[in-house]
Amino acid sequence: MAKKKKKTKGGTADKDKLWFMYRKMCEIRYFEEHVWDVYTRGWMPGLAHLYIGEEGVAVGACAALRDDDYITSTHRGHGHCLAKGGKLDRMMAEIMGKELGYCRGKGGSMHIADMSVGILGANGIVGGGFGIATGSAFSAKMRKTDQVAVCFFGDGAANQGIMMETINMAVIWDLPVIYLCENNQYGEHTPSEKVTGVKNIADRGVGFGIESKIVEGSDVLEVFEAVSAAVDKARSGKGPTLLEAKTYRYRGHHVGDSGYYRTDDEVKWWMENKDPIKLLGDHMIANKVTTQDELDALSESVEEEVEKAVEFGREAPLPAPEQAYEDLYA
Amino acid sequence: MPDKDMLFKEAVIMAMGEEMRRDENVFLIGEDVGASGGVFKSSEGLFDEFGSERVVDTPISEAGYVGLCVGAAMTGLRPICDVMFGDFAFLATDQIINQAAKIRYMTGGQCDVCLTIKTTMGAGRSSAAQHSQSLHAVYAHIPGLKVAVPSCPRDAKGLLKTAIRDDNPVIVFEDKMMYNDTGPVPTEEDFAIPFGEAAVLREGSDVTIVAISSMVGVALKAAEILSGEGIEAEVVDPRTLVPLDTETLLESVRKTGYAVVVDEGVQRFGATGEIASVLTHDAFDYLDAPVARIGAAEVPVPFSPTLEFPTIPDEERVVQTVRSLRSD
Repeated sequence: MAKKKKKTKGGTADKDKLWFMYRKMCEIRYFEEHVWDVYTRGWMPGLAHLYIGEEGVAVGACAALRDDDYITSTHRGHGHCLAKGGKLDRMMAEIMGKELGYCRGKGGSMHIADMSVGILGANGIVGGGFGIATGSAFSAKMRKTDQVAVCFFGDGAANQGIMMETINMAVIWDLPVIYLCENNQYGEHTPSEKVTGVKNIADRGVGFGIESKIVEGSDVLEVFEAVSAAVDKARSGKGPTLLEAKTYRYRGHHVGDSGYYRTDDEVKWWMENKDPIKLLGDHMIANKVTTQDELDALSESVEEEVEKAVEFGREAPLPAPEQAYEDLYA
Repeated sequence: MPDKDMLFKEAVIMAMGEEMRRDENVFLIGEDVGASGGVFKSSEGLFDEFGSERVVDTPISEAGYVGLCVGAAMTGLRPICDVMFGDFAFLATDQIINQAAKIRYMTGGQCDVCLTIKTTMGAGRSSAAQHSQSLHAVYAHIPGLKVAVPSCPRDAKGLLKTAIRDDNPVIVFEDKMMYNDTGPVPTEEDFAIPFGEAAVLREGSDVTIVAISSMVGVALKAAEILSGEGIEAEVVDPRTLVPLDTETLLESVRKTGYAVVVDEGVQRFGATGEIASVLTHDAFDYLDAPVARIGAAEVPVPFSPTLEFPTIPDEERVVQTVRSLRSD
């Protein structure tokens, strides 16, 4: 009898997957840092909600998905879109309101979508993804494909009524959908614990009749394992799962938020102890997958790509005013 | 094939059945649309034919299941999403107005939302303020939506079929007081009524009555009374508010010189205001009097029949309005 292999953390992620996850998290980190820069230089209009610090959640989840699977994203959506296959240059162009952006300049930072890789859109309404994600899962089931949907939502959206309505339908109809709460502990400026009747969003799973689990959002491998298991379950017709990733955004609710509602020490603690990129890098070095030099080289090349995306965005033409009247009806 | 006389609700069922047979991506979903056949019996028989997978009974969660339909409509299906009472659609307005209406535009045209929302309007059955409103103007205000308002069994079939085949979100308002009205309906499967084509239901040279949904019947009755007085009214039904066939309306008004617009929606900021504005602006030189508007009274719909009926426009009010228009 073959020896039973001891299951290690991140055990099902092979070397390529580890590299993929490391690269994607770096892409998001640099992308967001450059968005900060782009915003403060006045190169983009509107608002920017940055994902820095939460990279492990989007990347761990999307690493468990196929191109034809669906995601719905949030107002803090750049990370989800990049992790699911969104292109740096077209995202940056959209954020700058340019014609070559994903939405031809009609959506901006909060509405990036790429239907070709299953990104059904970031959403400006908190909780706006619940209906769409659940519907895409319903659609996959009715069309008899084995696609699954991941609905990213925050601790703020967990207090919207539609969460209960849609999860209830996913449960009664065994829909292939994973509800993935990114609990970054603040809804805009309000601490989640002050406005939420349960300690963990996952605790609501019992009431909703959905299997639920808490994962460490800074540990991309733990997220990957949990989402992979939920995806396998969904693909095999066994219904939805509710996951709650504990995470933290290093920056404010949006660029320009003073962050008066939390202490510098708290932010520092998360950055020093729970950085998803550093944790994965350490894991890869410890497991002799790579060396610090290799990681540094990758990181450098990713930053160059992001810089090129910024250039692409800056050089891209603005949409002609008459384009405001296009794209409304099919 | 000759037309067949049938009830309004039978025409609705026929439209859905034909489209579900024609396209496997079409399905019906809503509260009690399945085995019970709907509270207005306007889906009767579909469950038996298509089963629970394509005629789906939902929990009482309007925001949830309308939202689900938006996602389904973005990913290859063509939901017919039934909202029992137009009043209940307010629970789902985020899904209809912030999501369905905007997704195509917001994503730069990447994604069609092939969604039909079928709901009801109309007072007159002592259902009080939360089961009686006529709210079509609310949705006609929103870019990205189309709004259909059938006034007879024929249009109920033809407009619903066009809605289902349309690649945009369409909201179809059926007046619940008309479900048991009878009228001739084409039985051909290809029969559909294009959006944006108003119907001239009665020709006349003296005044134009533009009437919406249930008010078409009221307008036709008023026209008969007026005819007895020597006033020949032309009755025009826009059939869809978005798109609005302004040309047919204007053509009629240019001919008659007088116009009355009748709608069961509340008059204030309602469909009558928009249509009157179009007529005034684009046919100003032809008008012999200001365009008159008749809408529902500016109160919530009351319960007791003695309170309720005076709030709804009727033929007497239309007749009086026409008389006073022409005598000024």
